[in-house]
Amino acid sequence: MQISFYTIAVVLVFLFVNVFLGWLGFKHTRTSQDYLLAGRGTHPVIMALSYGSTFISTSAIVGFGGLAANMGLGLLWLTFLNILVGIFIAFIFFGKRTRRMGHTLDAHTFPEFLSRRFDSPFIQGFIGLVIFIGMPLYAASVIKGGANFVQSYFGIPYNVSLLFFVSIVAIYVWMGGMKGVMYTDAFQGGIMFISMIALLIAAYALLGGVGQAHRSLTDLYANPAIQEDIAKSVKGGFQGWTSMPKAGSPMWWSLISTIVMGVGIGVLTQPQLVVRYMTVKSNRELNRAVFSGGIFIFAMTGVAFVVGALSNALFFRETGKIAISANGGVSDLIIPGFIRTFIPEWFGAIFLICMLAAAMSTLSSQFHTMGTAAGRDLFEKSFKGKGNTILITRFGILVAIVISTLIAWATTGLPQAEGVIAKFTTIFFEMTTASFLPLYVGALYFRNMPKAAAVGGMLSGFGTWFAWSFFIHANSSYFLLCKLFFGVDNLVAGTSAAWMSKIGTTLVALPVAVLVTVVLSLSSGRKTGISDAHLDKCFEGL
Amino acid sequence: MLGFADGSIALVFILCILSAVLCAVYGIANWNKGMETEKAQILEEADWQKKNDAIENDQ
Repeated sequence: MQISFYTIAVVLVFLFVNVFLGWLGFKHTRTSQDYLLAGRGTHPVIMALSYGSTFISTSAIVGFGGLAANMGLGLLWLTFLNILVGIFIAFIFFGKRTRRMGHTLDAHTFPEFLSRRFDSPFIQGFIGLVIFIGMPLYAASVIKGGANFVQSYFGIPYNVSLLFFVSIVAIYVWMGGMKGVMYTDAFQGGIMFISMIALLIAAYALLGGVGQAHRSLTDLYANPAIQEDIAKSVKGGFQGWTSMPKAGSPMWWSLISTIVMGVGIGVLTQPQLVVRYMTVKSNRELNRAVFSGGIFIFAMTGVAFVVGALSNALFFRETGKIAISANGGVSDLIIPGFIRTFIPEWFGAIFLICMLAAAMSTLSSQFHTMGTAAGRDLFEKSFKGKGNTILITRFGILVAIVISTLIAWATTGLPQAEGVIAKFTTIFFEMTTASFLPLYVGALYFRNMPKAAAVGGMLSGFGTWFAWSFFIHANSSYFLLCKLFFGVDNLVAGTSAAWMSKIGTTLVALPVAVLVTVVLSLSSGRKTGISDAHLDKCFEGL
Repeated sequence: MLGFADGSIALVFILCILSAVLCAVYGIANWNKGMETEKAQILEEADWQKKNDAIENDQ
């Protein structure tokens, strides 16, 4: 596709509106004498769009959408968990208590929140370090999603699109996007919502309506013309786009135990999202945000997965090939390819800014989280650094941008058929689930949970995640550590225990972390290692 | 059902819609609930927000 004046104009208008809204939000905050009035005047739809646009990124739309094209509509189980766990349970059972406790403890980051609750500086330093080291993987997958879209949309090399995409995002972050101004996030969320709904309507309309579209996809599986293309998937357990993979097959384990469980539960422990609970002014805003948040997430991942799967029927009609084959065997290029092929240019440009919006809103909060992890959590609080925290934070953001970009660039050397974006995102979500979920639940609901149990659960969860992800799981081969140390893709490959490599990390690491937490809690008697006065303060008003 | 080959896909398709409806119903039913009423709590939150603004504006 040629770069037309129209496309450039749409992108420029989008960037200008972002800058304007960012300036407006900044000015409003500065001149507001009473933040409470301003805060309570914020429309809940704006707040929910802001949360949603941070939650959903190019990783979800491009990465997981492409995965749905390969695995089928079984991925909708993830959408179901995204809504039920990521919005309903997160806001009601985690959000309200986190907000109250976070305010009582004067916590401003996720590591700081858990550290103050358990009165342990070690927790803050450890989580800060883990975020700073692990989150670039997630940020890299968001960057890759955007860069893949630009690459496909303009038909330019990946390295060029990566540079273009990162430059725009970096300028945005440095110009103040990291302040997380609600208006900007909400504007971006609004564009994402409208674009995705239009995409869903377009996909169903092109295939003759909802029922007919699903039937076309169901029938495609039996079509003799595609049997060669799907032969490898069928061997792995694939049974069609409108069926679940065969129970117990490698694809079934990958879908259920790695993707659905890993990402579906992992949303509860995303540091950049937990902080959002603390920025709302009352439980009323959280109640209202449940309304629009549920609908927004449905329109994001639900649409991306349905369109991803349906793209097979459309690509087959147009090219005689299924989606992955029509897009050069690269899973992460399927959604961009779908937009380029089936959507008129006037809407393609709108979708381009949808992708920019999806990436910018998530990346700005990711870089902000990594920056504060380096500056506030690690340098200032854990190392008792007396230097310039602001400088360290800014330096941390810069390092995070460079590392994330380098990872996104290095992914070109990895096998592309199974979706690199989804793998990188999942591994980060699995890490936060295994390391932080037991102590986060304990922090909110178990007053007598000992400090030792919180630390023990966190360390055992992280340790098991590391060992399983990099040395046992089938995805270990992506990270080369096992190859480097032991010369094999994973430690169970070729042994009688090879079946273990299919089991998702969350299914192993989370139970280990929970078990260690429970055993240490029970064995500590009534000693929590935290003063009663501190615990009284933590649970004040709960 | 709905053109799907597998009943579990039809089930999850419907569950996605129902979970979004559940969120919408919960949000509407609790639209005006949960306002902070105690002055001390409101002041405490104001203080938290001020500090948070200071942290963000520094960066």
